[in-house]
Amino acid sequence: MSARAGTVLSTRGVHVELGGRQILMDVDLTVHPGEVVALLGANGSGKSTLVRAALGVVPVSRGEVHLFDSPLSAAPWHRVGYVPQRVPAVSGVPTTACEVVRAGLLSGRRLRPGTKAQALAALDAMGMAHLARRPVQEMSGGQQQRVLIARALVREPDLLVLDEPTTGIDLGTIETFVATIDRMRRAGTAVVVVLHETEAFAALLDRAVVLRHGRVVHDGPPPPARAEHAGPQHEHTHPHPEPAEPEGPLTLDIVGGDA
Amino acid sequence: MIELLSSPLMQRALIAAVLVGAAGPVIGTFLVQRRLALLGDGIGHIALTGVAAGWLVGAVVGLTPPDALALPGAMVVAVLGAVGIEWVRAKGRITGDVAMAILFYGGIAGGVLIIKIAGGTSANLMSYLFGSIATVSTNDVVWTAVLAGVVLAVGLGLRGALFAVSHDEEFARASGLPVGFLTSILAALAALTVTVAMRVVGLLLVSALMIVPVATAQVVARSFTRTMALASAIGAGVSVVGLVITYWYDLPPGAVIVVLAIVLYGVTTVVQHRRRRPDPTIDPHPDLADDVRVVQET
Repeated sequence: MSARAGTVLSTRGVHVELGGRQILMDVDLTVHPGEVVALLGANGSGKSTLVRAALGVVPVSRGEVHLFDSPLSAAPWHRVGYVPQRVPAVSGVPTTACEVVRAGLLSGRRLRPGTKAQALAALDAMGMAHLARRPVQEMSGGQQQRVLIARALVREPDLLVLDEPTTGIDLGTIETFVATIDRMRRAGTAVVVVLHETEAFAALLDRAVVLRHGRVVHDGPPPPARAEHAGPQHEHTHPHPEPAEPEGPLTLDIVGGDA
Repeated sequence: MIELLSSPLMQRALIAAVLVGAAGPVIGTFLVQRRLALLGDGIGHIALTGVAAGWLVGAVVGLTPPDALALPGAMVVAVLGAVGIEWVRAKGRITGDVAMAILFYGGIAGGVLIIKIAGGTSANLMSYLFGSIATVSTNDVVWTAVLAGVVLAVGLGLRGALFAVSHDEEFARASGLPVGFLTSILAALAALTVTVAMRVVGLLLVSALMIVPVATAQVVARSFTRTMALASAIGAGVSVVGLVITYWYDLPPGAVIVVLAIVLYGVTTVVQHRRRRPDPTIDPHPDLADDVRVVQET
Protein backbone atom coordinates (compact mmCIF):
# COMPACT_ATOMS: atom_id res chain seq x y z
CA MET A 1 0.00 0.00 0.00
CA SER A 2 2.89 2.38 -0.70
CA ALA A 3 1.64 5.72 -1.86
CA ARG A 4 3.86 7.50 -4.34
CA ALA A 5 4.39 11.17 -4.91
CA GLY A 6 2.36 13.02 -7.51
CA THR A 7 -1.33 12.76 -8.16
CA VAL A 8 -3.38 9.65 -7.60
CA LEU A 9 -6.24 10.77 -9.82
CA SER A 10 -6.34 13.67 -12.20
CA THR A 11 -9.02 14.77 -14.67
CA ARG A 12 -8.49 17.77 -16.94
CA GLY A 13 -11.32 19.37 -18.88
CA VAL A 14 -13.34 16.14 -18.90
CA HIS A 15 -16.55 16.06 -20.91
CA VAL A 16 -18.84 13.03 -20.94
CA GLU A 17 -21.75 12.63 -23.32
CA LEU A 18 -24.17 9.75 -22.89
CA GLY A 19 -27.13 9.10 -25.17
CA GLY A 20 -26.66 12.47 -26.87
CA ARG A 21 -26.82 14.31 -23.54
CA GLN A 22 -23.95 16.20 -21.92
CA ILE A 23 -23.49 14.70 -18.44
CA LEU A 24 -20.14 16.25 -17.50
CA MET A 25 -18.67 19.51 -18.76
CA ASP A 26 -15.08 20.67 -18.35
CA VAL A 27 -14.51 18.86 -15.06
CA ASP A 28 -11.13 19.22 -13.35
CA LEU A 29 -10.39 17.02 -10.36
CA THR A 30 -7.10 16.26 -8.65
CA VAL A 31 -6.66 13.81 -5.79
CA HIS A 32 -3.40 13.38 -3.90
CA PRO A 33 -2.13 10.41 -1.84
CA GLY A 34 -3.81 10.05 1.52
CA GLU A 35 -6.51 12.58 0.66
CA VAL A 36 -10.19 11.86 1.31
CA VAL A 37 -12.40 13.71 -1.16
CA ALA A 38 -16.19 13.73 -1.10
CA LEU A 39 -18.16 14.20 -4.31
CA LEU A 40 -21.42 15.92 -3.51
CA GLY A 41 -24.37 17.13 -5.51
CA ALA A 42 -28.04 16.57 -6.17
CA ASN A 43 -29.38 13.54 -8.01
CA GLY A 44 -28.37 13.71 -11.66
CA SER A 45 -25.56 16.20 -11.06
CA GLY A 46 -22.95 13.83 -12.53
CA LYS A 47 -21.20 12.49 -9.41
CA SER A 48 -21.39 8.82 -10.35
CA THR A 49 -20.60 9.56 -14.00
CA LEU A 50 -17.45 11.39 -12.89
CA VAL A 51 -16.08 8.41 -10.95
CA ARG A 52 -17.11 6.03 -13.74
CA ALA A 53 -15.33 8.21 -16.30
CA ALA A 54 -12.28 8.43 -14.06
CA LEU A 55 -12.11 4.62 -13.98
CA GLY A 56 -12.75 4.07 -17.67
CA VAL A 57 -16.23 2.60 -17.20
CA VAL A 58 -17.80 5.28 -19.43
CA PRO A 59 -15.96 6.92 -22.31
CA VAL A 60 -14.69 10.48 -22.06
CA SER A 61 -15.70 12.53 -25.10
CA ARG A 62 -13.14 15.28 -24.40
CA GLY A 63 -10.41 15.88 -21.84
CA GLU A 64 -7.83 13.74 -20.07
CA VAL A 65 -7.89 11.26 -17.21
CA HIS A 66 -4.76 10.04 -15.45
CA LEU A 67 -4.44 7.45 -12.69
CA PHE A 68 -1.13 7.56 -10.82
CA ASP A 69 0.22 9.90 -13.51
CA SER A 70 -0.54 7.35 -16.24
CA PRO A 71 -3.24 7.49 -18.91
CA LEU A 72 -6.02 4.94 -18.45
CA SER A 73 -4.57 2.74 -21.20
CA ALA A 74 -1.45 2.20 -19.07
CA ALA A 75 -2.89 2.70 -15.57
CA PRO A 76 -1.69 0.48 -12.71
CA TRP A 77 -5.15 -1.01 -12.13
CA HIS A 78 -4.05 -3.23 -9.26
CA ARG A 79 -3.69 -0.03 -7.19
CA VAL A 80 -7.35 0.97 -7.69
CA GLY A 81 -10.34 -0.32 -5.71
CA TYR A 82 -13.92 0.48 -6.70
CA VAL A 83 -17.27 -0.01 -5.03
CA PRO A 84 -20.04 0.69 -7.57
CA GLN A 85 -23.29 2.35 -6.60
CA ARG A 86 -25.64 -0.41 -7.59
CA VAL A 87 -25.74 -3.88 -6.10
CA PRO A 88 -25.18 -6.35 -8.92
CA ALA A 89 -24.64 -9.27 -6.57
CA VAL A 90 -27.94 -10.94 -7.45
CA SER A 91 -27.52 -13.06 -10.54
CA GLY A 92 -28.96 -16.31 -11.77
CA VAL A 93 -26.09 -18.55 -10.70
CA PRO A 94 -25.49 -19.02 -6.97
CA THR A 95 -22.29 -17.17 -6.08
CA THR A 96 -20.65 -17.16 -2.67
CA ALA A 97 -19.35 -14.03 -1.00
CA CYS A 98 -15.88 -15.59 -1.15
CA GLU A 99 -16.11 -16.03 -4.93
CA VAL A 100 -17.21 -12.41 -5.40
CA VAL A 101 -14.35 -11.07 -3.25
CA ARG A 102 -11.73 -13.29 -4.89
CA ALA A 103 -12.69 -11.74 -8.24
CA GLY A 104 -11.62 -8.40 -6.74
CA LEU A 105 -7.98 -9.32 -7.16
CA LEU A 106 -8.23 -9.55 -10.93
CA SER A 107 -6.84 -6.46 -12.60
CA GLY A 108 -5.36 -5.38 -15.91
CA ARG A 109 -3.55 -8.39 -17.24
CA ARG A 110 -3.74 -10.33 -14.01
CA LEU A 111 -6.43 -12.87 -14.90
CA ARG A 112 -6.14 -15.17 -11.90
CA PRO A 113 -8.42 -14.56 -8.90
CA GLY A 114 -7.07 -14.13 -5.39
CA THR A 115 -6.76 -16.85 -2.77
CA LYS A 116 -9.45 -17.80 -0.27
CA ALA A 117 -7.25 -16.52 2.58
CA GLN A 118 -7.07 -13.06 0.99
CA ALA A 119 -10.83 -13.02 0.44
CA LEU A 120 -11.52 -14.13 4.01
CA ALA A 121 -9.29 -11.36 5.41
CA ALA A 122 -11.17 -8.72 3.39
CA LEU A 123 -14.54 -10.15 4.40
CA ASP A 124 -13.39 -10.19 8.02
CA ALA A 125 -12.64 -6.46 7.80
CA MET A 126 -16.32 -5.96 6.95
CA GLY A 127 -17.51 -8.40 9.63
CA MET A 128 -18.60 -10.89 6.98
CA ALA A 129 -16.08 -13.73 7.31
CA HIS A 130 -18.69 -16.03 8.84
CA LEU A 131 -20.84 -15.62 5.71
CA ALA A 132 -18.03 -16.30 3.22
CA ARG A 133 -19.64 -19.49 1.89
CA ARG A 134 -23.16 -18.15 1.75
CA PRO A 135 -24.57 -17.27 -1.71
CA VAL A 136 -24.93 -13.51 -2.09
CA GLN A 137 -28.42 -14.16 -3.48
CA GLU A 138 -29.46 -15.15 0.05
CA MET A 139 -28.09 -11.97 1.63
CA SER A 140 -29.80 -8.71 2.48
CA GLY A 141 -29.02 -5.58 0.45
CA GLY A 142 -26.75 -4.28 3.20
CA GLN A 143 -24.81 -7.55 3.40
CA GLN A 144 -24.39 -7.58 -0.37
CA GLN A 145 -23.04 -4.04 -0.23
CA ARG A 146 -20.52 -5.12 2.42
CA VAL A 147 -19.37 -7.94 0.14
CA LEU A 148 -18.78 -5.42 -2.64
CA ILE A 149 -16.78 -3.21 -0.26
CA ALA A 150 -14.71 -6.24 0.75
CA ARG A 151 -14.12 -6.94 -2.95
CA ALA A 152 -12.57 -3.46 -3.26
CA LEU A 153 -10.60 -3.73 -0.01
CA VAL A 154 -9.03 -7.08 -0.94
CA ARG A 155 -6.85 -5.26 -3.47
CA GLU A 156 -5.30 -3.12 -0.71
CA PRO A 157 -5.67 -0.19 -3.10
CA ASP A 158 -3.77 3.10 -3.15
CA LEU A 159 -6.91 4.72 -4.56
CA LEU A 160 -10.30 3.66 -3.27
CA VAL A 161 -13.35 4.93 -5.15
CA LEU A 162 -16.70 4.51 -3.41
CA ASP A 163 -20.04 5.38 -4.96
CA GLU A 164 -22.55 5.85 -2.13
CA PRO A 165 -21.02 2.96 -0.18
CA THR A 166 -23.17 3.19 2.92
CA THR A 167 -26.54 2.80 1.20
CA GLY A 168 -28.52 0.13 3.02
CA ILE A 169 -25.84 -0.53 5.65
CA ASP A 170 -26.62 -0.41 9.36
CA LEU A 171 -25.00 2.17 11.63
CA GLY A 172 -22.64 -0.25 13.39
CA THR A 173 -21.22 -1.52 10.11
CA ILE A 174 -20.82 2.05 8.84
CA GLU A 175 -18.70 2.84 11.90
CA THR A 176 -16.53 -0.23 11.29
CA PHE A 177 -16.23 0.69 7.63
CA VAL A 178 -15.28 4.30 8.37
CA ALA A 179 -12.63 3.06 10.84
CA THR A 180 -11.22 0.83 8.09
CA ILE A 181 -11.14 3.77 5.67
CA ASP A 182 -9.40 5.86 8.32
CA ARG A 183 -6.68 3.20 8.72
CA MET A 184 -6.19 3.07 4.96
CA ARG A 185 -6.04 6.85 4.73
CA ARG A 186 -3.34 6.97 7.40
CA ALA A 187 -1.38 4.40 5.39
CA GLY A 188 -1.49 6.70 2.35
CA THR A 189 -4.56 5.45 0.47
CA ALA A 190 -6.49 8.19 -1.31
CA VAL A 191 -10.26 7.92 -1.12
CA VAL A 192 -12.87 9.42 -3.43
CA VAL A 193 -16.36 8.90 -2.08
CA VAL A 194 -19.68 9.87 -3.63
CA LEU A 195 -22.04 10.90 -0.85
CA HIS A 196 -25.48 12.33 -0.36
CA GLU A 197 -24.87 13.20 3.25
CA THR A 198 -21.46 13.64 4.80
CA GLU A 199 -22.13 12.88 8.44
CA ALA A 200 -20.62 9.39 8.63
CA PHE A 201 -17.44 10.49 6.86
CA ALA A 202 -17.25 14.02 8.29
CA ALA A 203 -14.18 13.38 10.45
CA LEU A 204 -12.20 11.96 7.52
CA LEU A 205 -12.99 14.41 4.74
CA ASP A 206 -10.19 16.68 3.57
CA ARG A 207 -12.10 18.23 0.70
CA ALA A 208 -15.47 18.30 -0.98
CA VAL A 209 -16.08 18.69 -4.69
CA VAL A 210 -19.62 19.76 -5.47
CA LEU A 211 -21.17 19.13 -8.87
CA ARG A 212 -24.18 20.87 -10.29
CA HIS A 213 -25.61 20.08 -13.73
CA GLY A 214 -22.35 18.38 -14.71
CA ARG A 215 -20.01 21.19 -13.65
CA VAL A 216 -17.83 21.63 -10.59
CA VAL A 217 -19.27 24.50 -8.55
CA HIS A 218 -17.18 24.05 -5.42
CA ASP A 219 -13.81 22.47 -4.67
CA GLY A 220 -12.69 23.16 -1.13
CA PRO A 221 -13.51 22.56 2.52
CA PRO A 222 -16.33 20.10 3.14
CA PRO A 223 -19.67 21.54 4.18
CA PRO A 224 -20.89 21.08 7.72
CA ALA A 225 -22.67 17.78 8.17
CA ARG A 226 -26.04 19.20 8.98
CA ALA A 227 -29.52 18.12 8.18
CA GLU A 228 -29.80 20.68 5.39
CA HIS A 229 -27.21 18.67 3.43
CA ALA A 230 -28.90 15.37 3.91
CA GLY A 231 -31.58 15.55 1.23
CA PRO A 232 -30.84 13.95 -2.14
CA GLN A 233 -31.98 17.11 -3.98
CA HIS A 234 -29.70 19.41 -1.99
CA GLU A 235 -27.54 21.42 -4.39
CA HIS A 236 -24.58 21.85 -2.03
CA THR A 237 -23.65 25.22 -3.48
CA HIS A 238 -21.41 27.03 -1.06
CA PRO A 239 -20.91 28.94 1.11
CA HIS A 240 -24.10 28.32 3.00
CA PRO A 241 -25.32 30.88 5.43
CA GLU A 242 -25.31 29.44 8.91
CA PRO A 243 -28.89 28.77 9.98
CA ALA A 244 -30.18 31.44 12.32
CA GLU A 245 -30.51 30.43 15.93
CA PRO A 246 -34.15 30.45 16.99
CA GLU A 247 -35.06 33.37 19.17
CA GLY A 248 -36.75 32.68 22.45
CA PRO A 249 -37.84 29.33 23.79
CA LEU A 250 -38.63 26.52 21.37
CA THR A 251 -42.31 25.88 20.87
CA LEU A 252 -43.93 22.66 19.78
CA ASP A 253 -46.98 22.84 17.57
CA ILE A 254 -49.36 19.96 17.96
CA VAL A 255 -51.00 19.28 14.63
CA GLY A 256 -54.20 17.36 14.38
CA GLY A 257 -54.85 17.17 18.10
CA ASP A 258 -58.24 17.75 19.68
CA ALA A 259 -58.80 21.34 20.68
CA MET B 1 -25.09 -53.47 -22.99
CA ILE B 2 -21.94 -55.16 -24.34
CA GLU B 3 -23.58 -55.20 -27.73
CA LEU B 4 -24.20 -51.46 -27.39
CA LEU B 5 -20.61 -50.70 -26.44
CA SER B 6 -19.16 -52.92 -29.14
CA SER B 7 -20.94 -51.01 -31.87
CA PRO B 8 -18.45 -48.61 -33.54
CA LEU B 9 -21.30 -46.22 -34.29
CA MET B 10 -22.35 -46.10 -30.62
CA GLN B 11 -18.76 -45.77 -29.49
CA ARG B 12 -18.35 -42.68 -31.65
CA ALA B 13 -21.75 -41.32 -30.66
CA LEU B 14 -21.08 -41.83 -26.94
CA ILE B 15 -17.71 -40.07 -27.12
CA ALA B 16 -19.34 -37.14 -28.93
CA ALA B 17 -22.24 -37.07 -26.45
CA VAL B 18 -19.98 -37.02 -23.37
CA LEU B 19 -17.81 -34.25 -24.80
CA VAL B 20 -20.75 -32.13 -25.90
CA GLY B 21 -22.70 -32.76 -22.69
CA ALA B 22 -19.74 -31.79 -20.51
CA ALA B 23 -18.58 -28.73 -22.49
CA GLY B 24 -21.98 -27.12 -23.17
CA PRO B 25 -22.94 -26.31 -19.55
CA VAL B 26 -19.48 -24.86 -18.79
CA ILE B 27 -20.15 -22.07 -21.27
CA GLY B 28 -23.84 -22.08 -20.38
CA THR B 29 -22.99 -21.19 -16.76
CA PHE B 30 -21.31 -17.97 -17.89
CA LEU B 31 -24.23 -17.17 -20.21
CA VAL B 32 -26.78 -17.65 -17.43
CA GLN B 33 -24.66 -15.42 -15.18
CA ARG B 34 -24.68 -12.73 -17.90
CA ARG B 35 -28.44 -13.20 -18.38
CA LEU B 36 -27.83 -14.23 -21.98
CA ALA B 37 -29.33 -17.70 -21.70
CA LEU B 38 -30.83 -17.45 -25.19
CA LEU B 39 -27.56 -16.47 -26.88
CA GLY B 40 -26.89 -20.12 -27.76
CA ASP B 41 -30.25 -20.24 -29.53
CA GLY B 42 -29.39 -17.18 -31.59
CA ILE B 43 -26.00 -18.62 -32.48
CA GLY B 44 -27.66 -21.94 -33.37
CA HIS B 45 -29.86 -20.16 -35.87
CA ILE B 46 -27.01 -18.26 -37.50
CA ALA B 47 -24.93 -21.45 -37.62
CA LEU B 48 -27.60 -22.75 -40.00
CA THR B 49 -26.50 -20.06 -42.45
CA GLY B 50 -22.95 -21.35 -41.98
CA VAL B 51 -24.06 -24.93 -42.70
CA ALA B 52 -25.72 -23.77 -45.92
CA ALA B 53 -22.72 -21.62 -46.85
CA GLY B 54 -20.40 -24.61 -46.35
CA TRP B 55 -22.78 -26.67 -48.45
CA LEU B 56 -22.70 -24.03 -51.20
CA VAL B 57 -18.90 -23.95 -51.24
CA GLY B 58 -18.80 -27.75 -51.28
CA ALA B 59 -21.22 -27.82 -54.21
CA VAL B 60 -19.28 -25.20 -56.14
CA VAL B 61 -15.96 -26.99 -55.61
CA GLY B 62 -17.59 -30.34 -56.37
CA LEU B 63 -16.94 -32.09 -53.06
CA THR B 64 -18.59 -35.41 -52.21
CA PRO B 65 -20.69 -35.36 -50.13
CA PRO B 66 -21.67 -31.74 -50.81
CA ASP B 67 -22.05 -31.00 -47.07
CA ALA B 68 -18.42 -31.89 -46.33
CA LEU B 69 -17.77 -28.27 -45.40
CA ALA B 70 -20.96 -27.83 -43.38
CA LEU B 71 -19.22 -28.11 -40.00
CA PRO B 72 -16.35 -25.70 -40.82
CA GLY B 73 -18.87 -23.36 -42.42
CA ALA B 74 -21.06 -23.42 -39.33
CA MET B 75 -18.07 -22.83 -37.08
CA VAL B 76 -16.77 -19.81 -39.01
CA VAL B 77 -20.17 -18.14 -39.44
CA ALA B 78 -21.23 -18.86 -35.84
CA VAL B 79 -18.03 -17.40 -34.38
CA LEU B 80 -18.19 -14.33 -36.63
CA GLY B 81 -21.89 -13.83 -35.88
CA ALA B 82 -21.47 -14.27 -32.11
CA VAL B 83 -18.47 -11.97 -31.83
CA GLY B 84 -20.13 -9.43 -34.13
CA ILE B 85 -23.32 -9.37 -32.12
CA GLU B 86 -21.33 -9.01 -28.88
CA TRP B 87 -19.47 -6.07 -30.41
CA VAL B 88 -22.69 -4.37 -31.49
CA ARG B 89 -24.24 -5.02 -28.07
CA ALA B 90 -21.18 -3.63 -26.25
CA LYS B 91 -21.27 -0.48 -28.36
CA GLY B 92 -24.80 0.05 -27.15
CA ARG B 93 -26.21 0.28 -30.66
CA ILE B 94 -28.91 -2.28 -29.85
CA THR B 95 -29.99 -4.17 -26.75
CA GLY B 96 -29.14 -7.82 -26.16
CA ASP B 97 -32.65 -9.13 -26.87
CA VAL B 98 -32.94 -7.22 -30.15
CA ALA B 99 -29.50 -8.49 -31.17
CA MET B 100 -30.62 -12.07 -30.53
CA ALA B 101 -33.87 -11.55 -32.43
CA ILE B 102 -31.86 -10.45 -35.45
CA LEU B 103 -29.71 -13.60 -35.09
CA PHE B 104 -32.84 -15.78 -34.94
CA TYR B 105 -34.52 -14.38 -38.04
CA GLY B 106 -31.43 -13.67 -40.12
CA GLY B 107 -29.91 -17.09 -39.40
CA ILE B 108 -32.92 -19.13 -40.51
CA ALA B 109 -33.66 -16.95 -43.54
CA GLY B 110 -30.01 -16.99 -44.63
CA GLY B 111 -29.78 -20.76 -44.25
CA VAL B 112 -32.91 -21.50 -46.28
CA LEU B 113 -31.90 -19.02 -48.97
CA ILE B 114 -28.32 -20.23 -49.39
CA ILE B 115 -29.23 -23.94 -49.35
CA LYS B 116 -31.64 -23.23 -52.21
CA ILE B 117 -28.89 -21.44 -54.17
CA ALA B 118 -26.58 -24.44 -53.49
CA GLY B 119 -29.09 -26.69 -55.22
CA GLY B 120 -30.42 -28.32 -52.07
CA THR B 121 -33.73 -28.07 -50.26
CA SER B 122 -34.77 -27.04 -46.79
CA ALA B 123 -35.15 -30.76 -46.01
CA ASN B 124 -31.36 -31.08 -46.30
CA LEU B 125 -31.06 -28.81 -43.26
CA MET B 126 -33.28 -31.01 -41.07
CA SER B 127 -30.46 -33.23 -39.82
CA TYR B 128 -28.63 -30.11 -38.66
CA LEU B 129 -31.70 -28.57 -37.08
CA PHE B 130 -32.56 -31.64 -35.00
CA GLY B 131 -29.28 -33.57 -34.88
CA SER B 132 -28.18 -36.73 -36.58
CA ILE B 133 -25.90 -38.57 -34.24
CA ALA B 134 -26.47 -41.82 -36.16
CA THR B 135 -24.38 -40.38 -38.98
CA VAL B 136 -21.43 -39.29 -36.81
CA SER B 137 -18.23 -40.32 -38.53
CA THR B 138 -14.76 -40.81 -37.08
CA ASN B 139 -13.83 -37.50 -38.63
CA ASP B 140 -16.77 -35.84 -36.82
CA VAL B 141 -15.63 -37.30 -33.51
CA VAL B 142 -12.13 -35.92 -34.02
CA TRP B 143 -13.61 -32.47 -34.81
CA THR B 144 -15.88 -32.70 -31.78
CA ALA B 145 -13.02 -33.75 -29.50
CA VAL B 146 -10.76 -30.92 -30.68
CA LEU B 147 -13.45 -28.23 -30.41
CA ALA B 148 -14.75 -29.49 -27.05
CA GLY B 149 -11.15 -29.58 -25.81
CA VAL B 150 -10.66 -25.95 -26.86
CA VAL B 151 -13.95 -24.91 -25.22
CA LEU B 152 -13.09 -26.68 -21.96
CA ALA B 153 -9.46 -25.53 -21.86
CA VAL B 154 -10.22 -21.86 -22.54
CA GLY B 155 -13.48 -21.79 -20.56
CA LEU B 156 -11.91 -23.34 -17.47
CA GLY B 157 -8.50 -21.70 -17.92
CA LEU B 158 -10.02 -18.22 -18.01
CA ARG B 159 -12.73 -19.10 -15.50
CA GLY B 160 -11.78 -16.39 -13.01
CA ALA B 161 -11.71 -13.59 -15.55
CA LEU B 162 -14.82 -14.78 -17.38
CA PHE B 163 -16.62 -15.01 -14.03
CA ALA B 164 -15.59 -11.43 -13.14
CA VAL B 165 -16.88 -10.09 -16.46
CA SER B 166 -20.08 -12.14 -16.30
CA HIS B 167 -20.82 -11.23 -12.69
CA ASP B 168 -20.17 -7.48 -12.79
CA GLU B 169 -19.04 -5.93 -16.06
CA GLU B 170 -18.74 -2.44 -14.55
CA PHE B 171 -16.37 -3.60 -11.83
CA ALA B 172 -14.37 -5.56 -14.40
CA ARG B 173 -13.93 -2.40 -16.49
CA ALA B 174 -12.92 -0.39 -13.42
CA SER B 175 -10.33 -3.09 -12.69
CA GLY B 176 -8.74 -2.59 -16.10
CA LEU B 177 -9.72 -6.05 -17.30
CA PRO B 178 -9.90 -6.41 -21.10
CA VAL B 179 -13.70 -6.66 -20.99
CA GLY B 180 -14.26 -6.45 -24.76
CA PHE B 181 -11.69 -9.18 -25.39
CA LEU B 182 -13.10 -11.44 -22.67
CA THR B 183 -16.73 -11.07 -23.76
CA SER B 184 -15.67 -11.77 -27.35
CA ILE B 185 -13.84 -14.89 -26.15
CA LEU B 186 -17.00 -15.99 -24.35
CA ALA B 187 -19.12 -15.36 -27.46
CA ALA B 188 -16.65 -17.33 -29.59
CA LEU B 189 -16.66 -20.20 -27.07
CA ALA B 190 -20.46 -20.24 -27.16
CA ALA B 191 -20.32 -20.40 -30.97
CA LEU B 192 -17.82 -23.27 -30.87
CA THR B 193 -20.03 -25.11 -28.38
CA VAL B 194 -23.01 -24.72 -30.67
CA THR B 195 -20.99 -26.08 -33.57
CA VAL B 196 -19.74 -29.00 -31.49
CA ALA B 197 -23.24 -29.90 -30.29
CA MET B 198 -24.82 -29.49 -33.71
CA ARG B 199 -24.54 -33.16 -34.70
CA VAL B 200 -25.67 -34.47 -31.32
CA VAL B 201 -28.77 -32.47 -30.43
CA GLY B 202 -29.26 -30.23 -33.47
CA LEU B 203 -29.05 -26.48 -33.82
CA LEU B 204 -32.59 -25.86 -32.54
CA LEU B 205 -31.98 -27.77 -29.30
CA VAL B 206 -28.32 -26.97 -28.70
CA SER B 207 -29.04 -24.12 -26.33
CA ALA B 208 -31.07 -26.46 -24.12
CA LEU B 209 -28.00 -28.62 -23.52
CA MET B 210 -26.06 -25.49 -22.54
CA ILE B 211 -28.68 -23.97 -20.26
CA VAL B 212 -31.02 -26.63 -18.76
CA PRO B 213 -28.25 -28.50 -16.86
CA VAL B 214 -27.18 -25.13 -15.38
CA ALA B 215 -30.77 -24.42 -14.34
CA THR B 216 -30.88 -27.84 -12.63
CA ALA B 217 -27.50 -27.42 -10.94
CA GLN B 218 -28.30 -23.99 -9.53
CA VAL B 219 -31.33 -25.43 -7.75
CA VAL B 220 -29.05 -27.49 -5.49
CA ALA B 221 -25.56 -25.92 -5.68
CA ARG B 222 -24.59 -22.96 -3.51
CA SER B 223 -21.57 -21.63 -5.38
CA PHE B 224 -20.63 -20.70 -8.93
CA THR B 225 -17.87 -23.32 -9.08
CA ARG B 226 -20.10 -26.14 -7.90
CA THR B 227 -22.92 -25.07 -10.20
CA MET B 228 -20.57 -25.27 -13.17
CA ALA B 229 -19.13 -28.66 -12.15
CA LEU B 230 -22.54 -30.17 -11.41
CA ALA B 231 -24.06 -28.77 -14.61
CA SER B 232 -21.23 -30.28 -16.63
CA ALA B 233 -21.78 -33.67 -15.00
CA ILE B 234 -25.54 -33.45 -15.57
CA GLY B 235 -24.99 -32.48 -19.22
CA ALA B 236 -22.71 -35.45 -19.83
CA GLY B 237 -25.04 -37.77 -17.88
CA VAL B 238 -28.27 -36.92 -19.72
CA SER B 239 -26.46 -37.04 -23.07
CA VAL B 240 -25.20 -40.58 -22.44
CA VAL B 241 -28.47 -41.82 -20.96
CA GLY B 242 -30.48 -40.22 -23.77
CA LEU B 243 -28.26 -41.80 -26.36
CA VAL B 244 -28.50 -45.24 -24.75
CA ILE B 245 -32.31 -44.96 -24.72
CA THR B 246 -32.31 -44.24 -28.45
CA TYR B 247 -30.22 -47.37 -29.00
CA TRP B 248 -33.12 -49.48 -27.72
CA TYR B 249 -36.00 -47.33 -28.91
CA ASP B 250 -36.31 -45.62 -32.27
CA LEU B 251 -36.42 -42.06 -31.02
CA PRO B 252 -34.58 -38.86 -32.05
CA PRO B 253 -31.52 -38.57 -29.76
CA GLY B 254 -31.46 -34.77 -29.53
CA ALA B 255 -35.06 -34.54 -28.40
CA VAL B 256 -34.67 -37.41 -25.91
CA ILE B 257 -31.57 -35.80 -24.36
CA VAL B 258 -33.27 -32.42 -23.97
CA VAL B 259 -36.51 -33.92 -22.58
CA LEU B 260 -34.43 -35.92 -20.07
CA ALA B 261 -32.63 -32.76 -19.00
CA ILE B 262 -35.92 -30.90 -18.53
CA VAL B 263 -37.49 -33.80 -16.59
CA LEU B 264 -34.45 -33.87 -14.33
CA TYR B 265 -34.82 -30.13 -13.78
CA GLY B 266 -38.48 -30.54 -12.85
CA VAL B 267 -37.82 -33.42 -10.44
CA THR B 268 -34.88 -31.61 -8.83
CA THR B 269 -36.91 -28.44 -8.34
CA VAL B 270 -39.82 -30.29 -6.72
CA VAL B 271 -37.57 -32.36 -4.44
CA GLN B 272 -35.51 -29.35 -3.39
CA HIS B 273 -38.64 -27.30 -2.75
CA ARG B 274 -39.98 -30.03 -0.44
CA ARG B 275 -36.64 -30.33 1.36
CA ARG B 276 -36.40 -26.60 2.02
CA ARG B 277 -39.98 -26.25 3.21
CA PRO B 278 -39.74 -25.38 6.92
CA ASP B 279 -41.09 -27.98 9.35
CA PRO B 280 -43.83 -26.24 11.37
CA THR B 281 -43.13 -28.51 14.35
CA ILE B 282 -39.54 -27.21 14.68
CA ASP B 283 -38.96 -24.09 16.77
CA PRO B 284 -36.92 -21.70 14.53
CA HIS B 285 -35.59 -19.84 17.60
CA PRO B 286 -35.05 -22.45 20.34
CA ASP B 287 -32.91 -20.04 22.41
CA LEU B 288 -35.69 -17.46 22.74
CA ALA B 289 -38.61 -17.68 25.11
CA ASP B 290 -41.93 -18.10 23.37
CA ASP B 291 -43.99 -14.94 23.45
CA VAL B 292 -47.00 -16.49 21.79
CA ARG B 293 -48.80 -19.49 23.16
CA VAL B 294 -50.73 -21.56 20.69
CA VAL B 295 -53.75 -23.23 22.20
CA GLN B 296 -55.29 -25.94 20.12
CA GLU B 297 -59.06 -25.78 20.08
CA THR B 298 -60.84 -29.01 20.84
